[in-house]
Amino acid sequence: MIEFHLDPRSGVATYLQIVQQVKEALRLGTISVGDQLPTVREVVADLAINPNTVAKAYRDLEREGLVVARQGRGTFVASTLAPAASLPHYEALRAELERWLETAEGAGLDEESIRALISATLREMLARRVA
Amino acid sequence: MSPPIDARRLGKRFRRDWVLRDCTLTIPEGAIVGLTGANAAGKSALLSLAAGLLAPSEGSIEVLGRDPLREPAVLAEVGYVAQGAPLYRSFTVAETTEYARRTNSCWDEELVADVLTRIASRTKVGSLSAGERARLALALALGKRPRLVLLDEPFAGLDPLAGREFLQLLMDGVAETAATVVIASHVIADIERVCDHIVLLTGGGVRLEGDVEELLDSHRILMGPRRPLGSIRGVRSIVRERYSGRQLTLLVRSDGPIFDPSWTVERVGLEELLLAYMAPERMPVPVPPERLPLRWHG
Repeated sequence: MIEFHLDPRSGVATYLQIVQQVKEALRLGTISVGDQLPTVREVVADLAINPNTVAKAYRDLEREGLVVARQGRGTFVASTLAPAASLPHYEALRAELERWLETAEGAGLDEESIRALISATLREMLARRVA
Repeated sequence: MSPPIDARRLGKRFRRDWVLRDCTLTIPEGAIVGLTGANAAGKSALLSLAAGLLAPSEGSIEVLGRDPLREPAVLAEVGYVAQGAPLYRSFTVAETTEYARRTNSCWDEELVADVLTRIASRTKVGSLSAGERARLALALALGKRPRLVLLDEPFAGLDPLAGREFLQLLMDGVAETAATVVIASHVIADIERVCDHIVLLTGGGVRLEGDVEELLDSHRILMGPRRPLGSIRGVRSIVRERYSGRQLTLLVRSDGPIFDPSWTVERVGLEELLLAYMAPERMPVPVPPERLPLRWHG
């Protein structure tokens, strides 16, 4: 079962963090069709957050067709984001990324610099594509 | 359905001192409200007025559609915990809950037992830890399955662990009862995690009020080199400006996307936003409330 964690310093709304974590788990295949998400009360008891926030996140996921709420039973994964064929690629990409990260560390970049470099490069690449 | 709290030009005066003045606000049903502001900003007075413990000096307050002074029956649906959770020290935990059970028409034993897990029922209230006493007060407030819960500085005197546990039990109670909650706290970090609505009081008046997400979406931090300030496209008003060396940092209320490439634009956290509005250094020009989904009173 997926366990949520919160980063209060991220500036990302709590319900969005939950939505993103479910999507991430779907993309990486750690949860799949038929799996149950924790109940609202379980998440509330675990993270000490507003139940409305959890409900809102689940409603968003339901609207996107990713999960389905079954009355009195809970919320279940209804579809997946990772096309099954691309899953094997993840391993190779991840290994390549790890090698790159080691190179970056070897070049003296700390965690923050690495994050900054990755997000700036990704942003520029996407901007070029739009333009 | 009537809103849980509806205040119109509400004011409270003790002798010649106004502790609350011209306070107009509506708390939406089901919200978890952070009522915040510096000490003596009027938070406790507002809660006491909502709990029917004080009479307004001017204006009006309605709780769940009724005047809490003229129709005290409405208070059966309001759970109120005063600052410091005052309880009878010589009672045991069991005697305290038994007293509450008999004095309330509706009582949820199961919910009370949930909140009181791991507290021995024969313990005297006077020898409970601060965290346990806070939980007992919370159990009494939730036991009547209220539609509105009012908590005055519930985290005062609690260590971080007890504070987190209190929040978990409170949120579980909310999930169970769907109550609207107002938590007064001057420590924003204590309430940031849960509240979806903010009421900020300064000097007895409502300075900022609104849905947390809308507030965060409509404010931005701009950073850039120091310069004379003209108008910036997408900025409605400047809440705070700060200079350090050649750097200028603005906290602004936006009315559209800000694309000006000479500024680095960032989102703002709730704590920083509220601190900026609490600081008296510069007041933004008030905007007529009918044009805005959010209100402020400067």
